[in-house]
Amino acid sequence: MIESLTVLYGALPYLFRGTLVTIALVAGAMGLGLVVGVNLAVGQVYGNRWLRKAIGIYIWFFRGVPLLVLLFLFYFGLFSLLGINLSAFTVAIIVLGLITAAYQSQIFRGAILSLPEGQLKAARALGMSDRKAIVLIILPQALRLSIPGWSNEYSIVLKDSAVAYALGVMEMMARAHFVASRTYEHLPLYFSAGLIFLILTYLGTKGLRVLEEKVRIPGYSR
Amino acid sequence: MAHRKTILRIEDMTKRYGSKTVLKNASLSLKEGELKILIGPSGGGKSTLLQCVNFLVKPDKGRIWLDGEEIIHSRKKELYAYRQKVGMIFQDFNLFDHLTALQNVQIALVKVKKKTKEQARTRAINELERVGLGDHIKKYPAQLSGGQKQRVSIARALAMDPKVMLLDEPTSALDPELISEVLDVIINLRLHGMTMIMSTHQIGFASELADELVFLEDGNILETGPPKKMLSDADCERTREFCSKITELYGNSF
Repeated sequence: MIESLTVLYGALPYLFRGTLVTIALVAGAMGLGLVVGVNLAVGQVYGNRWLRKAIGIYIWFFRGVPLLVLLFLFYFGLFSLLGINLSAFTVAIIVLGLITAAYQSQIFRGAILSLPEGQLKAARALGMSDRKAIVLIILPQALRLSIPGWSNEYSIVLKDSAVAYALGVMEMMARAHFVASRTYEHLPLYFSAGLIFLILTYLGTKGLRVLEEKVRIPGYSR
Repeated sequence: MAHRKTILRIEDMTKRYGSKTVLKNASLSLKEGELKILIGPSGGGKSTLLQCVNFLVKPDKGRIWLDGEEIIHSRKKELYAYRQKVGMIFQDFNLFDHLTALQNVQIALVKVKKKTKEQARTRAINELERVGLGDHIKKYPAQLSGGQKQRVSIARALAMDPKVMLLDEPTSALDPELISEVLDVIINLRLHGMTMIMSTHQIGFASELADELVFLEDGNILETGPPKKMLSDADCERTREFCSKITELYGNSF
């Protein structure tokens, strides 16, 4: 027991550095997913038939193929075929980001569609181009409505980030496994890793709750 | 009246949804300072006509001239410039819900008309004061009553210096006791010579203020004429029927 705790104590700084890698993975992936996802959603709602079709295929692909397959496909397959030399860390962010973009796009699309049609009409009637109307009027409202769904997506991406371990990214899970397999102290290490994930989930969803409250439009009852 | 120049001319406007024609060859022209009021049963094409005028609904056929210049709506720049000159008031206000009253009026001044923030702010406050909302500029739409919302939307349209205003049943979504505060603003506009087309069921209001009433049914303009004649002695049987019914319902004055 004492020995387990000593091992764990010694490994904690190492795990914490892994936690930072995990946070960086999630932040990068969620950020990429936000940018790509918003564009996918706008394209799907307002784009022409061909754009909508293309986006449909994108979403179908990234929601349909398992994360592990996509990681290997991109890291060992696509990028080496294209002669692009990216670190496992970068590839993991890109793959996690492109997948979450597909899911996020549906959160944003639902939010956009839930806005009254009159918002766009009023913007157009004032002489705004569609681009301006979307950026100034539609998205600020749709993004507010998307926060609860986005928070859900955050907790999923956070857990998915552990799979980056398969590419050799030294995030938290990889480090826990590394120490555990050397010291045979599996229980305390995986327990700690799980606990850190739980704490990160809590902090992230809590933070988004605070944000949601902060940007809430005054006057609306809930 | 005859020598006033024509501001807006609409010719042969037609709109179909699938096989249903909701607007058939509607033609209309507006002289400077004129108020024409569209009346007729719901679903008769009033709203479609108004929305075709600023191309929020794309007509299948029809031409529009503003100040003698034809508007080609497929040229985006021209379309956006034209819409700035045509103010639109909607039945359900359509204020931007995430912006305060002030920001609602300001936003297009800054982002479309490219005024500085300061200029836009001053102008927006002036317009809001003009519609009696000087004390409410910091409120969000959800914190305003229906009548206040509609007045913000009028201020928002006026801030763009429109040459024509289109008002699509501006009081239909309001509680009865809030109607007059919006009508007062519209009367004021009329007195200041704003050129307007408005659809409404407020027949008393219409008969006292309009230069002409335009009766629309099933997408057709059945009859156009001065209010007195339209309400008491219309040529068309359907117009007479509608006008007497609506007079009975809403009363003769406002």
